[in-house]
Amino acid sequence: MEKPGGASLRLHGVTVRYRGRAAVDGVDLDVAAGEFIVLLGPSGSGKSTLLRTINRLVLPDAGTIEIDGRDAAAEPPEALRRGIGYAIQAVGLFPHLSVARNIAVVPELLGWGQARIAARVEALLALVRLDPARYRDRYPRELSGGEQQRVGVARALAAEPRLLLMDEPFGAVDAIVRADLQEETLRIHRMLGTTILFVTHDVDEALRLADRIVVLKDGCIEQVGSPLNVLANPATDYVAALLDSKDAVRRLQLLNARDALRSATARPEMAKGDDWPRVTPQATLREVLSVLLGGASRTMVANDDEVLGSLSFDDVRAALARTEG
Amino acid sequence: MDYLLQHPGTVAWRTLQHIELVAAALAIACAIAFPLGVVVARKRRIGGIILAALNAIYTIPSLALFALLIPLLGIGTWTALVALVLYAQMLLVRNVAVGLRGVSPALIDAARGLGMSAAQIFWRVEVPQALPVIVGGVRLASIALISLATLASWIDAGGLGALVLYGLQHDDPSRAVAGALAAAVLAIVADVGLRRLQHRWE
Ligand SMILES: Nc1ncnc2c1ncn2[C@@H]1O[C@H](COP(=O)(O)OP(=O)(O)OP(=O)(O)O)[C@@H](O)[C@H]1O
Ligand SMILES: [Mg+2]
Repeated sequence: MEKPGGASLRLHGVTVRYRGRAAVDGVDLDVAAGEFIVLLGPSGSGKSTLLRTINRLVLPDAGTIEIDGRDAAAEPPEALRRGIGYAIQAVGLFPHLSVARNIAVVPELLGWGQARIAARVEALLALVRLDPARYRDRYPRELSGGEQQRVGVARALAAEPRLLLMDEPFGAVDAIVRADLQEETLRIHRMLGTTILFVTHDVDEALRLADRIVVLKDGCIEQVGSPLNVLANPATDYVAALLDSKDAVRRLQLLNARDALRSATARPEMAKGDDWPRVTPQATLREVLSVLLGGASRTMVANDDEVLGSLSFDDVRAALARTEG
Repeated sequence: MDYLLQHPGTVAWRTLQHIELVAAALAIACAIAFPLGVVVARKRRIGGIILAALNAIYTIPSLALFALLIPLLGIGTWTALVALVLYAQMLLVRNVAVGLRGVSPALIDAARGLGMSAAQIFWRVEVPQALPVIVGGVRLASIALISLATLASWIDAGGLGALVLYGLQHDDPSRAVAGALAAAVLAIVADVGLRRLQHRWE
């Protein structure tokens, strides 16, 4: 599958009022092409409303939205939406259409030829790891919740959008399936380079997926930053409480063994304890910690062919301390 | 049974006439009821008025409805057709409206988000979703009309009612029974057939 790349996005002073009350209040946000942005906030904080101003399902009362430098309001809304992927909770699949026809909705609206659509459906099912031969002709009610979500993602990606909006797309599935779908989403993001705006109120989901997290409160942006940054340096008490920043385990999950080695005490030449358990440089510090809790005094960080160093409890603690700015 | 065995041609001809009358009435009734149902589903106030009017027509005893139309349209097939069309409206319009109102707003929202126009949402999402309920209305209406059309012979519009009416008036019960039996079979066939169709779409 070719890489369509991502669109850049610029929101300026976006405001939406319902009966005089602002649901979204003067939001400014610049998103670079290919970024994975997560909108995080409690129920009613304006996440969905903000997302829906971008494909004009909600018309802002004030402010402008530019996609790739072009004013979104200048285009007919239907044409704009066909160019932007939109995935929501499972209910969004059409029950009377097969999986293939569901995925084909936007290509059909765009007037693609039958052969091109069929090929695209195959490719997308493969992309979301559903066997085309098995799933193409099924109906949504014949799918599990997780499979429905995959089809929803495939449908959103059907017309090769450069911008993908996802509103709590994995809200209705259990934790294991959810983790699986998150992994898939990250893989697809890396593969296609699509700019993604993802809404959730699940903090761990946000930390796991985001390049940058946008924390919303009452329609205003409280803080924008990388997961580690928002977690380690919450701008306000609200952000600290929302993310439960004191939770060290959460932060350990965002750091890996390679990061921690930078301040580690033992250098490679000293790290010769053959009985120390091994972890890869990509292992999170949470994994390192659990290995250490297993009883070893140090754990060795190593690739297949190269030992990079070793880590102790103190090293893990030091790495954590360094994130606090 | 005697009559049926001795005059199968007459029974068949009257049955065909019956089917023609009901089918024509049903086709015209559906063509009117569909747009009315859409209005009822979308406009609360006008919809309420339309439903009240149709309900009033529906509660008129059927024979009286035929009688009321005679001063306006005279007697004959056309009058019967009009009466049947009027009578079917209530069942059809109500089901079209209920079907359309029952479509999940989330589904319509998803359709908008994918870039469908209002017309595309209506034809590609709302109507297919409402179809089982709409076909359910057609089923009820067809059964009601098959039964109602037996009264059409009172105003000289033929059909199976003619056998029943003649049989009763001329002390020929087996002729009346043949007509009634044929009408019952028709109703059952229509019911089963449309039920199948309804389930296929669910
Ligand atoms: N169509 C509407 N009419 C009136 N008020 C609305 C409408 N849509 C949203 N609101 C209000 O705007 C505010 C923000 O709603 P929004 O749906 O954006 O929240 P959210 O952050 O997505 O919440 P959730 O996590 O529950 O989905 C809420 O107070 C909500 O009641
Ligand atoms: Mg929401």
